[in-house]
Amino acid sequence: MLGYLIRRILAAIPVMGVVALVVFLLLRLTPGDPAAIIAGDLATPEQLERIRTSLGLNEPLHTQFFTWIWRILQGDFGVSLISQVSVIKMIGQRIEPTISIALSTITVAILIAVPLGVIAAWKHGTWIDRVVMSLSVLGFSVPVFVVGYVLIQIFAIEFRWLPVQGFRSITGGFGPFFERAILPTMALSFIYIALIARITRASMLEVLGEDYVRTARAKGIGEAGVLMRHALRNAAVPVITVIGTGFALLISGVVVTESVFNIPGIGRLTVDAVLARDYPVIQAMILLTSGLYVTVNLVIDLAYTLLDPRIRY
Amino acid sequence: MAIDTIEPSSISAGAASGPRVSFRPSSAIITIAAICLIVVVASAIFAGVLAPQDPQKLAPAMRLKPGMPGFPLGTDAYGRDLLSRILHGGRISLMIGVGAAIVSVTIGLTIGLVSGFFRWADAIIMRIMDGLMAIPSILLAIAVVSLSGASLKTVLIAIIIPEIPRVVRLVRSVVLSAREEPYVEAAIAIGSSLPKILWRHLMPNTFAPLIVQGTYICASAILTEAILSFLGAGINPETPTWGNIMAEGRAFFQIKPSLIFWPGVVLSIAILSINLIGDATRDALDPRMKQRGTGK
Repeated sequence: MLGYLIRRILAAIPVMGVVALVVFLLLRLTPGDPAAIIAGDLATPEQLERIRTSLGLNEPLHTQFFTWIWRILQGDFGVSLISQVSVIKMIGQRIEPTISIALSTITVAILIAVPLGVIAAWKHGTWIDRVVMSLSVLGFSVPVFVVGYVLIQIFAIEFRWLPVQGFRSITGGFGPFFERAILPTMALSFIYIALIARITRASMLEVLGEDYVRTARAKGIGEAGVLMRHALRNAAVPVITVIGTGFALLISGVVVTESVFNIPGIGRLTVDAVLARDYPVIQAMILLTSGLYVTVNLVIDLAYTLLDPRIRY
Repeated sequence: MAIDTIEPSSISAGAASGPRVSFRPSSAIITIAAICLIVVVASAIFAGVLAPQDPQKLAPAMRLKPGMPGFPLGTDAYGRDLLSRILHGGRISLMIGVGAAIVSVTIGLTIGLVSGFFRWADAIIMRIMDGLMAIPSILLAIAVVSLSGASLKTVLIAIIIPEIPRVVRLVRSVVLSAREEPYVEAAIAIGSSLPKILWRHLMPNTFAPLIVQGTYICASAILTEAILSFLGAGINPETPTWGNIMAEGRAFFQIKPSLIFWPGVVLSIAILSINLIGDATRDALDPRMKQRGTGK
């Protein structure tokens, strides 16, 4: 297990190396002067020089790369070109709404999608199965911002049950936080529910045909016990895998959802940075989200041994 | 095993770059999807004839009007006819979808063939592809567009880059299994040239999964374009695309939700139809898929 862990961590190094190289070259390979690209057409020579110095653009390319990597390894992601605030500090200030929405989305999605998938598999071929599958096809085809606006129209504008937009920290009370988190969570979890429900159904169908399930039924165990204890536990590995691989969906979804619901999280920070060409912030966001994606999938790989003791590394 | 239902050939799921899971639609659903897609494509092609108004014509006196004769879906904040803009918007959106599918499949096929056949290149290429796949596609796309400026070409490049690794992985996996086949060994034994082996013996194996993958990329690209435009990092806002129409409608959503609703419906129908046709094509090209994942 320890050997596998070390091998997996070592394998993640070149992946993150490529991510870093892509992020670094993104600006340098774009035609034109990188400083002028960032500063825009109206920049003064002083502003251009300040950006060049701040990004080390006067150095040779390889020196720039290694200096940049060295700083990042020390946790120094630079300073925002717009606000002159440390990028890490900016991310720290905006992380709470994003984590709140992301965690509530994953929780809601799992709580809804896994039972849906189990029921669809249990009632395979019936109208329940068809409804669940149709909803999951829709989940893949309706963009998250369309879902978001439809929810706003129904629950905030027509019925006036919930606020249209905004975010309140949970430290200011659970009520205000909760009522503002419902709609973004529902919008963002739609595609995640579609993904997890479908995989749960497929995985459960596979397992329900196994001999040990038939044996469990023959022993007289109730249907709920068969489904939960015998089938779902064995169907869990693909479900957990897809939660990890679907993490990319969550990151992209957060960027869009925060824009729709005007949530001051890191998704909104990224979009604002992109529109303002605040390159250090863009770089940091791509690196951190890619690193998080790699880490989440590493943790999930390791979680397999807990879910299925037959898996040994 | 159950994980088979997450097919490498269908790992796309649009802009989100997450996995896509197979679905076996009934023939009635496929027929409806095909009809919907034909209607969407035809209305985009014949937008010039079908559109009741000029999609770019500004009429400040007509701003945010409800549906009326000559303006069936009403007007936007600049007095432009919403239906005409949706019809014309389909042209750009579909063009981006088809263009992204063709280019990413072509580039991915070339790299995948090399990676699958030459072991020395495989390790390097696949590490690069793993790295590219670790970057959330929408972040990479908006970063590319913001740095290179918003044009049709830039948006296409921004959409294509994250799609290429998925095609490469697919082609590589097909080539890795095909190159062990006796007919490839025979071709090598009789001294066939390398380009001939790649072109005539290995590449045809990739066509079926690539056609399926191409349809998923097309749907994914249309969605990504809409998201990029929606976030303000897409094609010039004056150009009607489904994403741009919705992006402009954001500010007036509480007054006139149809500015987001109608283009959203058309966009969703187009993506849904393309995805369903992709699933049906996969089943038609590889009947084994029909048995897999049903749990029977």
